[in-house]
Amino acid sequence: MLVYNFAPMKRCIHALAAMPAVVMLIAPLAAQQHSYSPAEVATGKELFTVQCQPCHGPNGDLVAGIDMRKGEFKRVSTDEEISRIILNGVPGTGMPPFSLPEASRAALVAYIRSLHESGARATPAGDPQRGQQIFESKGECLNCHRVDGKGSRKGPDLSDIGAIRNAAALEHSILDPADAIIPQQRMVHAVTKNGTAISGMRLNEDTHTVQLIDDSGRLVSLTKADLREYTLLKTTPMPSYQGKLTPQEVADVVSYLTTLKGLP
Amino acid sequence: MKFLILSLLAAMALPAQVSNDRLLHPDREPQNWLTYSGSYSSQRYSLLDQITPQNVKNLEVQWVFQARSLEKFETTPLVVDGVMYIVEAPNHVFALDAKTGRAFWDYDYRPSRDARPCCGSVNRGVAILGDTLFMGTLDARLLAIDAKSGRPIWKTEIADPKLGYTITHAPLVVKNKVIVGVAGGEYGIRGFVAAYDAATGKEAWKFYTIPGPGEAGHESWSADSWAHGGVPAWLTGSYDPELNLVYWGTGNPGPDFNGDLRPGDNLYSDSAVALDADTGKLKWYFQFTPHDEYDFDAVQIPVLVDGTWKGTPRKMLMWANRNGYFYVLDRATGKFLSGAPFTKLNWSTGLDEAGRPMRNSSAEPNAQGVMVYPNLFGGTNWYSPSYSPRTHLFYIPSWQDSSMTLGKVSGDFSPGQRYMGGTIRPGGAQTKRGAENTPVENTNYGAILAMDPATGQTKWQFKMTDLTASGVLTTASDLLFAGGREGYFYALDARTGAELWKASLGGSEEAAPVTYRVGDKQYVSIAAGHALFTFALRN
Repeated sequence: MLVYNFAPMKRCIHALAAMPAVVMLIAPLAAQQHSYSPAEVATGKELFTVQCQPCHGPNGDLVAGIDMRKGEFKRVSTDEEISRIILNGVPGTGMPPFSLPEASRAALVAYIRSLHESGARATPAGDPQRGQQIFESKGECLNCHRVDGKGSRKGPDLSDIGAIRNAAALEHSILDPADAIIPQQRMVHAVTKNGTAISGMRLNEDTHTVQLIDDSGRLVSLTKADLREYTLLKTTPMPSYQGKLTPQEVADVVSYLTTLKGLP
Repeated sequence: MKFLILSLLAAMALPAQVSNDRLLHPDREPQNWLTYSGSYSSQRYSLLDQITPQNVKNLEVQWVFQARSLEKFETTPLVVDGVMYIVEAPNHVFALDAKTGRAFWDYDYRPSRDARPCCGSVNRGVAILGDTLFMGTLDARLLAIDAKSGRPIWKTEIADPKLGYTITHAPLVVKNKVIVGVAGGEYGIRGFVAAYDAATGKEAWKFYTIPGPGEAGHESWSADSWAHGGVPAWLTGSYDPELNLVYWGTGNPGPDFNGDLRPGDNLYSDSAVALDADTGKLKWYFQFTPHDEYDFDAVQIPVLVDGTWKGTPRKMLMWANRNGYFYVLDRATGKFLSGAPFTKLNWSTGLDEAGRPMRNSSAEPNAQGVMVYPNLFGGTNWYSPSYSPRTHLFYIPSWQDSSMTLGKVSGDFSPGQRYMGGTIRPGGAQTKRGAENTPVENTNYGAILAMDPATGQTKWQFKMTDLTASGVLTTASDLLFAGGREGYFYALDARTGAELWKASLGGSEEAAPVTYRVGDKQYVSIAAGHALFTFALRN
């Protein structure tokens, strides 16, 4: 009879809200104990997308205290322990039991381990200080972005980006921004009936109105009935930095961005 | 003089009790709203016509009732001779002056903490007979309450809440019986619809939605899967007095998403059932989604329409189903007359001549996950539709272009525990959105559809950016009232779908609007967010 919202998502929220702030039993980096075939990893990825991603996120780092790309877990270390926790869940937390056959659990473990490997090699080591310099000068990032009150409001404020995106995702956004655009960052272009053109980033939209922050940083609310033209842009004004920055410079910028955690 | 005094006394006399005769003829008193769906036919069509397409722009708020509960406010009011009865979550009943919103009394029934509703501690309203209100409770009790004082009269235990049974819908009164079904399809219950004596609360009959051993249809379950196969009945039914049949929709078989554990059609899940009102005996059934693995409850309001079908007079049953098809059945026999999709769907490739869906094998749940249209919330859900005998159109509060990735998992049954058999994640735009929404165009949006039952074609659609959980109301002046998750409350032209008026109520409408009259003024009410808003024309 489910008429409510997606239960797994709800469980995630509860799990995050209920997370004790003090005790984080983060196990040391878990070493891979077996080698897995690409087929197992592929099967595991499919399972992960359906079963795990709603709570753990595509990179396995959305649950506090767990970052699968870094091989960080709260309660497990070995492959067998991961497999067991998938089967049994963790009572009293948002982690439910998944009655999956052993082969499926092994495939999931294979994929989770592959996340660790890809996370480890996502970005070469960067220097955050150099990264900040590039971000503010050569990269001209502040022309659109803002960090800790400095810069423009045309694009997303990045003051806490290091708390919500991992290095691989940040690198992807820098090198292929068009592919990384999300609904929360869509730009709109509108023309009112008297000919005034307005561009900005969409903050909120309903059937009759749209709220945005325009290119000069004003909060603007428009009534669609008053518009001659209203376009939700599918592209991003952000250029790709592929070839514009060296791999090391990209790594430096990524390294800088991962330090941005917002207000404590 | 004596005559004058008698006349005055008559005018001041207390309003008559709500007799069965009154319940049978709501058309004689359109100023009232006596049953959950406005009439036994459940058309949600009102004869009131003071508010018209021309003057609807002059609607303004008359009063607002603020709920104390922060649960979803799903109440559909009853209005009886100037008194409105509503329920605030979970089971807090109020009698209000329908003209001012001021309370006459309230009765706060506190359900047991054993109650474990799957999807919100909500209640959708009460039923009335005589001077007695009837309410199903979250802990699976049926309560009779004095409509004049709010004092409880009797309480009957319908089922064990610890096992997942609960009641969230408004009961249906037929003759001297109060009929309710149970929710709990996610907990491995065995569902039923049952009737209780209105005077005593004693059980009169019980229809199990899963046939037991030795009963016809039992073979559609394997082993002991029937014993905890779900099939709840969590929404109010309808009644045809001429045929003496009660129509009820039944819910999903359990576990919801894994049919391997229950091979067969799993009767009478996802079905319309026609029950003898006196005995509860099954007259016929029509199963919309045999062997469901998508949670496509047939828990919608059965809408009864009399008319001609292909030139022949018919007593019809119209049904916009969660599985994405709109159906027309013969309600005397259950015969399938027509069916047509009203939203994007991929789980089925069409309906055969008997109305049975042809399955798309590539959209069956598996362990890896598969993309299914529509998502588990369906093309529509429990949100009340409306049928206007003036426009001959059937109005569906619908979800368009919704999808999910559905993964099948196994799981053992344990009494009172969730028994789902799958995991789900939304496709496209999220189905729950926050204060700021940034929707993806033409994906997972709400729309009110005007369906022509004769052709299965949508005559018009009123599109919203966000989804809808609001019921629909139509009137004799060809107005249509409905809301949506964005909190706009609309008056549309029922013939064209043109927007004539709207008010922003600041919270999702998760209930159905009603209209009534007190004195010479027509009112329209709907719950939105955590308040009930009542409108009328500016003086």
